[in-house]
Amino acid sequence: MIRYAVRRLLEAVPILIGIVTLIFLLLHLAPGDPATAYFNPNVSPEIIDRMRENLGLDRPLHEQYLRWLRSFFTGDFGYSFSQHRPVADVIRDALPNTLLLSAVSLVLIFVVGCSVGAVQAVRQYSALDNVTTFVSLFVYSMPGFWLGLMLILAFSSPAMPEFLRLPISGVTSVDYEFMGPIERMVDRVRHLVLPSFALGIASAAGVARYMRGSLLEVIGQDYIRTARAKGLSEWRVILKHALRNALIPIVSLLGLYLPLLFGGSVVIEVVFSWPGMGRALYNAILARDYPVVMAASFLFGVLVLGANLLADLSYAVIDPRIRTD
Amino acid sequence: MTSPLLQVRDLRTYFATDRGEARAVDGISFDVREGETVALVGESGCGKSVTALSILRLLPEPPGRLLAGSSVQLRGEELTSAAESRLREVRGGEISMIFQEPMTSLNPVFTIGQQVSEAIREHEAMSTGAGERRGAAARRVAIEWLDRVGIPDPEDRYGYYPHQLSGGMRQRVMIAMALSTRPALLIADEPTTALDVTVQRQILELLASLQTELGTAVLLITHDLGVVAQVADRVMVMYAGQIVEEASAEALFRAPQHPYTEGLLQAVPDLEERRERLAEIPGNVPRATAWPTGCRFRPRCPYAWSRCRDVPDLRRSGPAEGSSARCWLTDEPERRSSGSGFGLRSPDGRREGVGES
Ligand SMILES: Nc1ncnc2c1ncn2[C@@H]1O[C@H](COP(=O)(O)OP(=O)(O)OP(=O)(O)O)[C@@H](O)[C@H]1O
Ligand code: SF4
Ligand SMILES: [Mg+2]
Repeated sequence: MIRYAVRRLLEAVPILIGIVTLIFLLLHLAPGDPATAYFNPNVSPEIIDRMRENLGLDRPLHEQYLRWLRSFFTGDFGYSFSQHRPVADVIRDALPNTLLLSAVSLVLIFVVGCSVGAVQAVRQYSALDNVTTFVSLFVYSMPGFWLGLMLILAFSSPAMPEFLRLPISGVTSVDYEFMGPIERMVDRVRHLVLPSFALGIASAAGVARYMRGSLLEVIGQDYIRTARAKGLSEWRVILKHALRNALIPIVSLLGLYLPLLFGGSVVIEVVFSWPGMGRALYNAILARDYPVVMAASFLFGVLVLGANLLADLSYAVIDPRIRTD
Repeated sequence: MTSPLLQVRDLRTYFATDRGEARAVDGISFDVREGETVALVGESGCGKSVTALSILRLLPEPPGRLLAGSSVQLRGEELTSAAESRLREVRGGEISMIFQEPMTSLNPVFTIGQQVSEAIREHEAMSTGAGERRGAAARRVAIEWLDRVGIPDPEDRYGYYPHQLSGGMRQRVMIAMALSTRPALLIADEPTTALDVTVQRQILELLASLQTELGTAVLLITHDLGVVAQVADRVMVMYAGQIVEEASAEALFRAPQHPYTEGLLQAVPDLEERRERLAEIPGNVPRATAWPTGCRFRPRCPYAWSRCRDVPDLRRSGPAEGSSARCWLTDEPERRSSGSGFGLRSPDGRREGVGES
């Protein structure tokens, strides 16, 4: 098990280098560079050239590449052109917010998705199954940004009763500084509700579909009949014998949905003004702020790799056929 | 007279299918007495597994349903109307079951030890020694049973997952799981069909020796008469959802009464090398949604004549006490010698006597 984990970790290293290289090339192949952001009738071409020189943009490509590779693996992500502070600082502020939002969405995706799917499977063809199937297909087909905007409209509308109002932007309220510890926590949780819902609900609907199919298939297996023939209660049969097997294919979805989640967070963070990596990336792209774009893309790459690793390891934990081979 | 261990009366299990109602089990009655081995034989699709699953009410309902009037009694207690909680005590407690497919009948994500001890715990089939926890006691009993069914190094194998064992070993685990609760009846649904011949024999020997030791009654389901000859006291032959012949094993092999039984026996040329079948009964088991009218064996029967358009009932037949068959030949035995029986072919290759005359 540990050897398996170490092997998977080592396999990730060349992939990481590949990601870094790809990001570098993509950015340099695209037309324009950071200095062009300052193109302006009032700024003379000489000043722009000097800026290029200062930023090292006039060096040959391979030199820039090597410099950037070296600094990257020493944890030096450079200096943000647009925010005028080290990229490391930008990341330090933004990353925790993104991780928090993603983690909450992930829990939502799997807890809601698996429970709904399981209930649908156990009550196959019931009214409950049909209604939830319809709703989940509906939710699944909704674009996240649109859902986000609709949520903002709904929850900021004066028609919404006061006690149902939820914050529609940011991670904390303006008067956060003046709150007690409990109030602060409540405030943070309230801010998380809408963005994590908008980010995760479509994937939750997808997971529910998979879970329903998976559990139905497992319930038809011989070993479930064996479990019933032992005299176990239906609850035990489903929760102990069926669920664990049904979760095996679902766990591999983890590796599939996490990248989607990080991708979606770019849009959702912008819509909900959530100060995370997604929004930082979005703003940096608009400002052609290379160091931030590169660092953010790199971190998203790392997160996706980590997600895949996590999926593979959970797979091994849950399925002994993989673990013991 | 005391009631038999298991008494099945007029059991009917139908399935709703796309092609209409499948009358998979259509009016079956039989007894199993304490400690005896009764075999239920018949070709694939004749309703053997459905019979077994109906006894424990393990069928998927829907599409399956037990018809009103069906009765399954365990020591006089009606099971068809029993509460779910009572059924759960019976399942795996008083009546255990093992299945045809050892490769898929064990849960792949739990160790074999966990699966055996789960049955033991569920039915409290252990006594806890001084200071011993329930879990530990169940584990100890499970290891004893793994040892008893011939699993080498059981202490170690307890932690093995099913995929780490061969088919024969998995079937031994199933047997340990089924018998560890000391049931009064074991239903074994084709326990050796999926295994190769030498392993088959070992498993049958294991079952037989444990049965003698524990006094468990066995309802052995098989389509293999060679297996029947080795272990059964009594045999019921099933065809198209019904029992067509019932007799002691000895009487059945000596003088089969029903043409179907005769056909099955001819399909087993040599009990030692029963895998190589020489003759098969012509035709196939019809679909359960459309049993033939009259005698259900009529389209395949070499003796069939006009009377067979009427439905025969199960009646005493032959010289042996307790033998019965569902065939009009029991009334007119002289037709048997005039008929052509199985295996004779006319010059143009068609079988003589197949179909109505
Ligand atoms: N779940 C089900 N749904 C619909 N029909 C079924 C179902 N289970 C069994 N049947 C019907 O019952 C018939 C008898 O099936 P059964 O499994 O009892 O045969 P069997 O004698 O055990 O055969 P085998 O030797 O192949 O195990 C089948 O032909 C099928 O038509
Ligand atoms: S002889 Fe007639 S009644 Fe007897 S099995 Fe053949 S068809 Fe059925
Ligand atoms: Mg069967």
